[in-house]
Amino acid sequence: MGHRTDDQTALETTPLHALHLSLGARMVPFAGYDMPVQYPAGVLKEHLHTRTAAGLFDVSHMGQVMVRAKSGAYADAALALETLVPVDILGLKEGRQRYGFFTDDNGGILDDLMITNRGDHLFVVVNAARKDADLAHMKAHLVDCDVELLEDRALIALQGPRAEDVLAALWPDVVDMKFMDVCDALLHDAPCIVSRSGYSGEDGFEISVPASQAEQVARALLEDLHCQPIGLGARDSLRLEAGLCLYGNDIDTTTSPIEASLEWAIQRARKAGGEREGGFPGASRILGELANGTSRRRVGLKPEGKAPVRAHAKLFADAEGRTELGEVTSGTFGPTVEGPVAMGYLPTSHAGAGTQVFAEVRGKFLPMMVSALPFITATYKR
Amino acid sequence: MLKFTAEHEWLKLEGDIATVGITAHAAEQLGDLVFVELPEVGSQLAREAGAATVESVKAASDVYCPLDGEITEINQAIVDDPSLVNSDPQGAGWFFKLKLKNPSDADTLLDEAAYKELIA
Repeated sequence: MGHRTDDQTALETTPLHALHLSLGARMVPFAGYDMPVQYPAGVLKEHLHTRTAAGLFDVSHMGQVMVRAKSGAYADAALALETLVPVDILGLKEGRQRYGFFTDDNGGILDDLMITNRGDHLFVVVNAARKDADLAHMKAHLVDCDVELLEDRALIALQGPRAEDVLAALWPDVVDMKFMDVCDALLHDAPCIVSRSGYSGEDGFEISVPASQAEQVARALLEDLHCQPIGLGARDSLRLEAGLCLYGNDIDTTTSPIEASLEWAIQRARKAGGEREGGFPGASRILGELANGTSRRRVGLKPEGKAPVRAHAKLFADAEGRTELGEVTSGTFGPTVEGPVAMGYLPTSHAGAGTQVFAEVRGKFLPMMVSALPFITATYKR
Repeated sequence: MLKFTAEHEWLKLEGDIATVGITAHAAEQLGDLVFVELPEVGSQLAREAGAATVESVKAASDVYCPLDGEITEINQAIVDDPSLVNSDPQGAGWFFKLKLKNPSDADTLLDEAAYKELIA
């Protein structure tokens, strides 16, 4: 049999690397880091455990960045970052976070990110594979801000319906947090930044912790038997069932936010007629698409059979492969859905839920149905 | 007689019929299987031709035909329940039976000791 895997290069490690090895993880290269793809339980059980109890993920490879205006004023940092993202950052309340994306002059997506108002500065989390580019981008354009990559912090995600219970054992005040709240917390004496957010479709948290105390905090969370370590394999199937984009697969510089069905992340203040209309790279295209629509859209795709349809499978209007429509951008088996799930781009004419299309897989044309996203019911604590 | 390939298939040889599956090592490396596609009974396959496809949550992998021959039987049970390949890879998780074109070709495959050395 033949494996289809990536090459190995010189890899970085996270502050939880020794913990992964001691837990028996299988490590793989991911975005330049040696990361756990799964633990002995395996991807299926890890996925289901996260949906029914709580999962702990090491996401320390992601970039944690402080953006602070030289004036010291939050508004100056917010207005500066608004020149790079089509998101209302000035209107973000202290201790609240929003999803956003860096756009380029063509209206494509350079990366997606989480943005937090930390009172006198912004805290930004970007993708691992994009962090060098994002840092350079911010440093080049936010000239009146200090932009600092926090290299001495780990990031731990705790996801699932028991995540609140697990974290409350270390920090009882967590119960007061709502979805997208961000707080300071002392976990086992480690000064942490806790956000109620994640990438699984479940309630949960992302915890920024000093690197030197990361393993201690992770081990304390794992003492609760409801909390199990979860690898990148299950992280991918969880986010896909939740309909969340993976940068580099589902979105990139060739996709606009409107094509990617991410218009919900652009607040009124930045749209036509808003107080700070436009003023971000690619605004003319993006505002034009908001007004007039796009020729293609990112949609959920549910294969009708049992075979997973993976990224780059071509999509056709017919079962003979005559009329090509687009491509699958992410696809796998969804353990909670108990069947294959996928996302991809289709012409607007074929993007309505319930439309049947056909994916080419190993020379066959497999029927798929355009489906509403997410594939599961998200359980965020609003 | 049990034989192995460097691509992690096993063959149980009885006369000119080989029962073929993937090794416990391969099943463990792949992780939980969620989909299996088997060849059609009657198909003539050459050595190293793609015979079956297995998919885990993570990825698709090919299972090759270990020797020239004709598929005489397939194990529908692993199509209905791919987890059988993980739970009993060298028993109930067999893939297909192959009528060998040249039974003596099996001599070119690895024996158990050589395979164990390969994966050590």
